[in-house]
Amino acid sequence: MTNLHPKPRANTAPPIDLPVAMLAELTHRCPMRCAYCSNPVALERPECELSTAEWRGVLSQAAAMGVMQVHFSGGEPTARRDIVDLVRYAVEEGLYTNLITSGVLLDAAMVSDLARAGLEHVQLAFQDSEDEGANIVGGYHGALGKKRAAAGLVKDAGLALTANLVIHRHNAPRVGAMIDMALEMGCERAEVANVQYYGWGLMNRAALMPSRAQLAEMTATVRERQARYTGRMVIDYVIPDYHARRPKACMGGWARRFLNVTPTGKVLPCHAAETIPGLVFDTVRDRPLRDIWDTGQAFEAYRGDAWMPKDCRSCERKEFDWGGCRCQALAIAGDAAAMDPACDLSPHHAAMAAMAEDEADADARAFVYRAFGAHKDSTF
Amino acid sequence: MLVTRTLITAESVPRLAPHVTLKHDTVRDRWVVLGPERMLVPDEIAVEILQRCDGERSVAAVVGLLAKEFNAPEDDIAGDVRELLQALADKGFVRA
Ligand code: SF4
Ligand code: SF4
Repeated sequence: MTNLHPKPRANTAPPIDLPVAMLAELTHRCPMRCAYCSNPVALERPECELSTAEWRGVLSQAAAMGVMQVHFSGGEPTARRDIVDLVRYAVEEGLYTNLITSGVLLDAAMVSDLARAGLEHVQLAFQDSEDEGANIVGGYHGALGKKRAAAGLVKDAGLALTANLVIHRHNAPRVGAMIDMALEMGCERAEVANVQYYGWGLMNRAALMPSRAQLAEMTATVRERQARYTGRMVIDYVIPDYHARRPKACMGGWARRFLNVTPTGKVLPCHAAETIPGLVFDTVRDRPLRDIWDTGQAFEAYRGDAWMPKDCRSCERKEFDWGGCRCQALAIAGDAAAMDPACDLSPHHAAMAAMAEDEADADARAFVYRAFGAHKDSTF
Repeated sequence: MLVTRTLITAESVPRLAPHVTLKHDTVRDRWVVLGPERMLVPDEIAVEILQRCDGERSVAAVVGLLAKEFNAPEDDIAGDVRELLQALADKGFVRA
């Protein structure tokens, strides 16, 4: 018998992993003006946002390609009037739903509508355990009181609650008090999140950077609380990159587990990817999500190990950290395809730590607050 | 707030914590545990254990059931079951 149908050629390229999580940035509108906000400095205008129908399409496509969790974020996601509708739709699509919010717009009716729609979890950000500190970094008066009230509403509605404790030079001495506050509010989980320097955070880096001594103290305090609260509240803590020896597996590896959809529908491999020159971001208005994931230029750019510098490509950790963060490599080493300078094998590692120390010592006290359009400086 | 740490004993009655679900990932044909911004891919044994933690059976009953179904001595699996559930309880995935 002749073989009329030769076997297809073995495909040597490894199969592409599909994403497990999607960050849906519903809007860049936000009543707060946090100096550390990681949104891009050029915020996307409200009139260009995806419609409800477009977001529904994105959620369906995400579920069909294996996304398990959706994080509704922003900006402030509850500034969208269709937030409850979108949560309900995501739940119907079988997605596990998280809401990442500042909490300042939440009221009892909205929280109970969200709970009825099937929302599982709320992540509420806290700037400080004291009013003054919270007001200054958030550029919003009275945020802490509103956030505490929101936390109560979330607990009353029976939802899971995580406190996202955003740490920088000015509140670092209160990290213990902030963790205690999270426990008192009934959080099952707290994330001690050192500011990441993207977007507005990068612009304000010199005014936010903690010192090495502060970090050492912070780490000891967090470890003590982790031991004390074992089984009562989970405390996640990541040593900030500027003082680490090895980089984090940013996004679990570029284009491996995670995708981000911006308010206007651009699909990004990570929420800071737009800072990298030369990448092309397709939008869900032009192409199906799956296509963008599989073959979009921005996704292919740093997927796998072909793009890596040779020291990473031959490193045994390359499938743990995937060479670290591309945006940080760009910001510090000047090349998005360089080794993340958080790695102590990087030629820029020492310079990065020294820069962090210098900035912390200089103790700058001026923030540029997050805003649409022209930026305003203010000192405190 | 959990006032005290969940300690898993033979008498505890374990269940997944609120807002934690065991879900079949149809795209990849595997089971996953989903929780607040967390995902865990349990191995086959862990899946069998979790599927039997229904909030009514005690740990001892789960062990008994597994021993019968998999034809293994209870003593061999009791330790593994308790360890797994304690680890998941400390991570916030399981309550008892
Ligand atoms: S970090 Fe602050 S300003 Fe930025 S989206 Fe969140 S709450 Fe709004
Ligand atoms: S050399 Fe590259 S792969 Fe190895 S630890 Fe450093 S950043 Fe990671």
